[in-house]
Amino acid sequence: MTAHMPSFSLCDSRGHRHSFPSGRPGIVAFVKEDCPVCDLVMPLLDRLGSLTDIAVFIIGQEETGNRLLVERHTLKTPLLDDSALKVSFAWGIETVPALFFTDDKGYEKSRLIGFSREEWQRFFDELGCDGVEWNSLPPWRPGCGSKSCDPVIADRLRAEAEHSPLRARRIDCAPADDEFEFMFDQGFTDGLPVVPPTPERVLRMLVGTVRDSQEIVASVPPNFAPATVEKIAINAVMAGCRPAYLPVVIAALEAVCTDSFNAHGLMATTMGASPLVVVNGPIRERIGMNMKLGALGQGNRANACIGRALRLILRNIGGAKPGGTERSTLGNPMKFTMCFAEWEERSNWMPLHVERGFACSDSVVTVFPVTSGPQLIIDQKSRRADQLAASMALVMQGIFHPRLQVMDCVLVVCPEHVDTLNACGYSKEDLRRRIQEVTEVPRWKRMPDELTGEGIGSLPPAHSNEAERMRLIPKFVADEMIHIVVAGAEAGKFSGLFHGWVGGTIGSVPVSRKIEEVV
Amino acid sequence: MDPTDERVPVRRSLAARAHDLKGVVGLLDITKPRGSVLLDQLAVRLQERIPGIEVRRYAKPTFAKPAPEALRQTIKAEADAVIEALAD
Repeated sequence: MTAHMPSFSLCDSRGHRHSFPSGRPGIVAFVKEDCPVCDLVMPLLDRLGSLTDIAVFIIGQEETGNRLLVERHTLKTPLLDDSALKVSFAWGIETVPALFFTDDKGYEKSRLIGFSREEWQRFFDELGCDGVEWNSLPPWRPGCGSKSCDPVIADRLRAEAEHSPLRARRIDCAPADDEFEFMFDQGFTDGLPVVPPTPERVLRMLVGTVRDSQEIVASVPPNFAPATVEKIAINAVMAGCRPAYLPVVIAALEAVCTDSFNAHGLMATTMGASPLVVVNGPIRERIGMNMKLGALGQGNRANACIGRALRLILRNIGGAKPGGTERSTLGNPMKFTMCFAEWEERSNWMPLHVERGFACSDSVVTVFPVTSGPQLIIDQKSRRADQLAASMALVMQGIFHPRLQVMDCVLVVCPEHVDTLNACGYSKEDLRRRIQEVTEVPRWKRMPDELTGEGIGSLPPAHSNEAERMRLIPKFVADEMIHIVVAGAEAGKFSGLFHGWVGGTIGSVPVSRKIEEVV
Repeated sequence: MDPTDERVPVRRSLAARAHDLKGVVGLLDITKPRGSVLLDQLAVRLQERIPGIEVRRYAKPTFAKPAPEALRQTIKAEADAVIEALAD
């Protein structure tokens, strides 16, 4: 059984409509004006149009080109307009001229692609169509690419086709509207311009994942709205992502939307928290992430756009908008984007993702709840690891307030500081321990007094004894809440510090997710 | 293409406001610093001004997350009115 060819209804230049199948055997030929082979076969096709028992449909792919073909060849057979290319796309035309012979119900019986004199002559003979000077024609010509395969047009056609993976609502932007201004007016942006998410761009973005476009990846807080792969791709386009970044955005979103990360609280808090995204593993190099000079700053597309896509998803799908569910007192610039990769190879330490239970060869994204940073830690003079670690500790004592004990922080150790610590044999554990040791103070020194009303609170009566007052309390509730990564340029003894938020089960804990790569 | 969740928000009516305080008045502490100080004072004043009401105290386990369903149901079942101290 041969295939049933898609039905269509197209108009000729005089506005008369022609429908396929017609109830008679049919010949359907696709041509375009700028193809010399189409030019060559136009008289032959016109001749087929004189056959009385066969319905002949000659279909041109360009409006202007169709007019030129009619004039040039003084066609008697109507030339149908498929300048929208929907019929060419539906018929899967890759090369023109393409001629299909069908039965009366529209089933294909044979086809001719390009021009082979022998094949065309045999076809004409079978139909009893004579009067062609075959010897005046070349033996073979390959034809040209169909306009429906033009890369720019093909994405639009795929997006508009019946089996398109796109289901999101199309929003029409009037021709006179500036599409960038339109996106601002709709409230879709973070305050910076976004790339308009046209169906073509969204389709190209979806190439970055093997997941089905309608798969629901997560319920996005604060509104707990479902995020399909398609919706994620739309926001990734707006953020400026390349398709290769999409798996990182998806993994980061999965991590952010867990109960443990508690993105609802993170968005709503007056403290102005936001996710910090750290990427580990082979994907860093593959998508060109920056982990070296200026890694925490601007200038790298992957770093900037992955973090921004995550934020736009929280805003547009989750509904986290300032003044709505997002209630930051001050806000912070990390609410635009904050994402970088760890320079795993630059130290002899275990990389972040391996510490967190993944294989070194895994690509992993880790999200941290952070409220401020990167705060600069300067130590250009210490030559011993214990001194340098103490410098870091002294700066960390100030997180939120020197008297408060805190939970998570992310310490970004720069290469020159790594060298000092590695040279003295300091492990990540040694660094954490030293920070806790240096920041330890008796409990009474963390309590409010005449100087400041802030502190970790009065002693409950049951514990108001001298031993409790003198109990040493380090800055961090637990050593493992000091998260250490390596990044930065070779030059400069400047490390960085991100302050966490409310940690543990009462707040938010960092979450890692393996990235599903399309290799 | 639409980057949002495309959902039309459900318009919900607010619960009927209490015109006067009687019966059980719940005071909900979200556990932000000094919220309890405000509620302590409020409890004293309410009982001075409206004799006969019973003040019952409630607290969220953490201010960083929404109130658990069980707590919300308990307050709904026990209290005729509730006052929440946001403390921000």
